[in-house]
Amino acid sequence: MGDDLYREQILEHYKNPHHFGELADADITQEGDNPLCGDVITLYLKLDDGKLGEVSFRGRGCAISQASASMLTDMIVGKPVAELKSFPTKDLLEELGIQISPARMKCATLSVNTLRVALNGESHEED
Amino acid sequence: MIEARAINATAVRADFPILGRSINGKPLVYLDSAATSQKPAVVIDIMDDYYRRYNANPHRGVYTISEEATAAYESARQQVVAFINAASGKEVIFTRNTTEAINLVRYSWGRANIRNGDRILLTEMEHHSNLVPWQLLAQEVGASLEFLRIDDQGMLQLDELDARLEGVRLLAITHQSNTLGTINPIKAITAAAHRAGALVLIDGAQAVPHMAVDVRDLDVDFYAFSGHKMCGPTGIGVLWARRALLEAMPPFLGGGDMIKRVKLHEASWNDLPWKFEAGTPSVAEGIGLGAAVDYLKNLGMDQVRTHERTLVDYALEKLQEIPGIVLYGPRDPEIHGGSISFTIPDIHPHDLATLVDREGIAVRAGHHCTQPLMDRLGVPATTRASFYIYNQPDEVDQLVSGIQKAQKVFA
Repeated sequence: MGDDLYREQILEHYKNPHHFGELADADITQEGDNPLCGDVITLYLKLDDGKLGEVSFRGRGCAISQASASMLTDMIVGKPVAELKSFPTKDLLEELGIQISPARMKCATLSVNTLRVALNGESHEED
Repeated sequence: MIEARAINATAVRADFPILGRSINGKPLVYLDSAATSQKPAVVIDIMDDYYRRYNANPHRGVYTISEEATAAYESARQQVVAFINAASGKEVIFTRNTTEAINLVRYSWGRANIRNGDRILLTEMEHHSNLVPWQLLAQEVGASLEFLRIDDQGMLQLDELDARLEGVRLLAITHQSNTLGTINPIKAITAAAHRAGALVLIDGAQAVPHMAVDVRDLDVDFYAFSGHKMCGPTGIGVLWARRALLEAMPPFLGGGDMIKRVKLHEASWNDLPWKFEAGTPSVAEGIGLGAAVDYLKNLGMDQVRTHERTLVDYALEKLQEIPGIVLYGPRDPEIHGGSISFTIPDIHPHDLATLVDREGIAVRAGHHCTQPLMDRLGVPATTRASFYIYNQPDEVDQLVSGIQKAQKVFA
């Protein structure tokens, strides 16, 4: 189980995150954090004709939170913004492909929650 | 004279049913007693016995089992009185936990005595339970909060204590830091505070379970602690305070049991300690705390402290061998209680705690309810291993090898 949680793909995203860094001309910059764990990410979104033209993130925190942010950026770049407004959390969890315990769920969903705030202006956490 | 015997952790472990559990196929290594301690069978059994044989509302019924419940609950109070060397049961108020005890002082004493412009002195290492209540009081009445700083070894900077105490009404301070393990020199600090005319409240949640505490020798004014960190159940804590202060303080919660005579528009208050114990109390929990006190007394609190000092000494030495580890808190085990906080480079504490859990090891990861202290240390979180009477040196070894395994995963 433990090795599953920290399977190669997740550690790879953690050590070498995709789309990492600041986007200087971003249209939307959104911070998100889990004060209880100290996980922090900032999402940078650049819109292009109703689509997400470019995306990047910066952050620090546990492997789960940072790897999930990295994976999310892969999943959302180029997608229609209207679609992304209700990006399903379960899609990201499936991509993570690991059993997330309730205590770590906030880490796994920080990026997608931040995306939702960025595009909707408020949090619409799914139940 | 009872002969002082060193604690035999192997024998102690047999008293704690939960320590027979396996986690992920490995024996449970419980290193989170600073959060809550495990419970010996004597505590679990005495609460079970109460519910099975004499469950009744105390202080009210004139029938047999209510009288038995009253006697057991009040006898638990007397055990606490002896344990902390209080002058009498009138000074020992049962609360829900340390947090409620501190809030009792905030609401009752604080609102009656802290005025606009008054100063309350705290420290950077306080648990949120000894910080947020004072923030709320300060905002309510217009008082100001000031803080004693810590040095890089997690010890209070006391060189300018007398100057810092000038004009302070209340000094509220932890006896032992739950995050750093630092044991603060309460007696000396209290003497200085009293010279300056301040009252002293001690958060003893991490001290009473781990060392002999004598409230009259410390000469403090308020002392708060929790049952569940000292082998007792959750839901029961203690506020000890000087009788004269308690007599002068208005009630905290109103309701049954805290009154003497009630009319439609007014009421008069019960005697101490019941004046501060409104509603049906936590009877089973009180009785459980009494049994926990008995259990610890039999071990001997000086022996408890010696046992933990030995473990901390060993753990500090072993942990230091881990490449890159940063240890927080004093290096000297004489002033370092049984909690050790540390960080490992490139591994977030939550990842570390998850990985060592796979080895059956329970450690805490996070800010430990001391966010301002995390800011001071410049980290979002730490991993904390905390020890108690049932821990043994080989569990420290297992922690070290668990950390080394985690380092391989993240290498």
